[in-house]
Amino acid sequence: MQMNVRDALNSALDEEMTADSKVYLMGEEVGEYQGAYKVSKGLLQKFGPERVLDTPITEAGFTGIGVGSAFYGLKPIVEFMTFNFAMQAIDHIINSAAKTNYMSAGQISVPIVFRGPNGAAAGVAAQHSQCFAAWYGSCPGLKVLTPYSAEDARGLMKAAIRDPDPVVFLENELLYGESFPVSAEVLDPSFVLPIGKAKIERVGSDVTVTAFSKMVGYALKAAELLEKDGINVEVINLRSIRPLDRETINQSVRKTNRLVTVEEGWPQHGIGAEICMSVVEESFEYLDAPVERITGADVPMPYAANLERMAVPQIEDIVRAVKRACYRSASGK
Amino acid sequence: DSTPFTVDIAVPFKGHHIEPPPQVAETSPKELMSFFRDMSRMRRMEIAADQLYKSKLIRGFCHLYDGQEAVCIGMEAALTQQDNIITAYRDHCTYLGRGGTLPEVFSELMGRKDGCTLGKGGSMHFYKKENGFYGGHGIVGAQVPLGAGLAFAQKYEKVKAATFALYGDGAANQGQLFESLNIAALWDLPAVYVCENNHYGMGTAEWRAAKSPEYYKRGDYVPGLKVDGMDALAVKQAVKFAKDHAITKGPIMLEMDTYRYHGHSMSDPGSTYRTRDEISGVRQERDPIERIRKLILLKEIATVADLKNIEKEVKKEVEDAVAKAKESPQPDPSALFSNVYVKGYGSRAFGCDRKHSSAVLP
Repeated sequence: MQMNVRDALNSALDEEMTADSKVYLMGEEVGEYQGAYKVSKGLLQKFGPERVLDTPITEAGFTGIGVGSAFYGLKPIVEFMTFNFAMQAIDHIINSAAKTNYMSAGQISVPIVFRGPNGAAAGVAAQHSQCFAAWYGSCPGLKVLTPYSAEDARGLMKAAIRDPDPVVFLENELLYGESFPVSAEVLDPSFVLPIGKAKIERVGSDVTVTAFSKMVGYALKAAELLEKDGINVEVINLRSIRPLDRETINQSVRKTNRLVTVEEGWPQHGIGAEICMSVVEESFEYLDAPVERITGADVPMPYAANLERMAVPQIEDIVRAVKRACYRSASGK
Repeated sequence: DSTPFTVDIAVPFKGHHIEPPPQVAETSPKELMSFFRDMSRMRRMEIAADQLYKSKLIRGFCHLYDGQEAVCIGMEAALTQQDNIITAYRDHCTYLGRGGTLPEVFSELMGRKDGCTLGKGGSMHFYKKENGFYGGHGIVGAQVPLGAGLAFAQKYEKVKAATFALYGDGAANQGQLFESLNIAALWDLPAVYVCENNHYGMGTAEWRAAKSPEYYKRGDYVPGLKVDGMDALAVKQAVKFAKDHAITKGPIMLEMDTYRYHGHSMSDPGSTYRTRDEISGVRQERDPIERIRKLILLKEIATVADLKNIEKEVKKEVEDAVAKAKESPQPDPSALFSNVYVKGYGSRAFGCDRKHSSAVLP
């Protein structure tokens, strides 16, 4: 059985809204338009306008309203048409949502999900192409989830909605239409994935590659190519940026002794930097090679197709870095 | 004695797109005596906070409410605890009004274990959720859409009550206020936007920050009412009216014309941008406690000596609470890592030296 990521998200929203009347969805074009990317298709018809609310294009206003309703005990899902627009509301995500349980010493919890597409799309230039994983991932009080497959999308979305804390749920526009095999277990309404646990997508012995969201697919493709060169790659799908599954990452590196991190975001202070530091702290003596990182280029996203391609990690970038980490650098320098 | 009688409200309400309520408030000897006692307690509490700050027992920011007590007291007189209140950082008296206690206030201000948020929030972050008080917010204006969200939740849960979102004249120019007001009006949320106009956003006079300082009209398509915020009975009447409007018709804006005697915060002597004459003028002519004292004496509800006794009693209450709070220990070091999440899934939170200090989050 195959399912695409869009349908996986849609079914997760549908099931959790059916299960809990406190769950509601708000955002721009989520209702009558059926979702800018059709993730919320059919939900207005099924749950009505009290639970599927079209908002004006005013992120600070509607995000604040969502957070306030969560203070009271509702479980809002706030959709951002893309996470680029969430910067208009980032004060509410961090100062109002992430910190309130702490500041109130547990009096006011904030069970809310902020979701929408994150990272580079295609041909939309600098203001619409940015990865926010490192930004939100640095904030205590938030949980940050980054699904790759349909299984991830279903299981993590359901976990996010049921979670009592604020969750930033970073989707990827280019994955919405991608199909993945799903088991009967994944399709069961009771299916849920644990928050804070990475998934080993491909078992390997020579080098560990960490990735999240769309880059998991690239890492898997790179692993296939490297197999032909006799390099056996272990691919870790992070799934959860915060909490970060340091244990799974370090266990893998202790086995392979080499690490390459992959992300679409900018290099400085990125997810790769944090993972590298975690391995230096916990598994330094196991490393047989310097840690390598593949990231988005350190520039705002350009529009021209050739430049855009240079600014987003490609499979060949991962292949090259893995070879370097394995000292097979004749072609990978 | 709770026999009701009526009192004329001196300063006329001004309406915007709405017929103001009658210029008369119902009260009782019992209510007036409680107004006097509660406002005197608030006043004395803030003066004690000033002293504790100056003796360095309170750290960081500390914004005092003395002068504005009638807004808090009048509002509480018209609301139940099903109604929600959310405010900015000048929140000590609001907390007291919602049922908080003096020892909790002073302990929190001094960062002690028995504070209302166990010493983790400090002056700007008081909450009492079980009585409908949602804080205590430090980012100017951000509490207003949060308040609209509380109103959204009341409507969603079919609770016949309203949310009062308080903000100052400084926050009245914030963009997110208008964003959320638009949504509150579109969705008919039971939200009351309460501008506590104390005439200075920090040190900037209202007319230097607002092209139109007629804050009750700033909702444009949302009705508004201007109220003498130094008159607890006017506030009570207006809040009763606004609550009913919000539940039946949707959002409304109240402008409370009030005044803070202290500076913006403890680092502001409050005298560079306004004159001492202005402050003493308000104290002499419009003080909210003196107004109630006069009314009590006029109606012969109590004597001058009775009221002096009450003031002595609350002074003692405050002194005892300060002494009790001083006895409260600092929070346990383990509190550093508590309440980061409701559910931490066994993840690890790190201290400054992670090899030396960290905790597993339950």
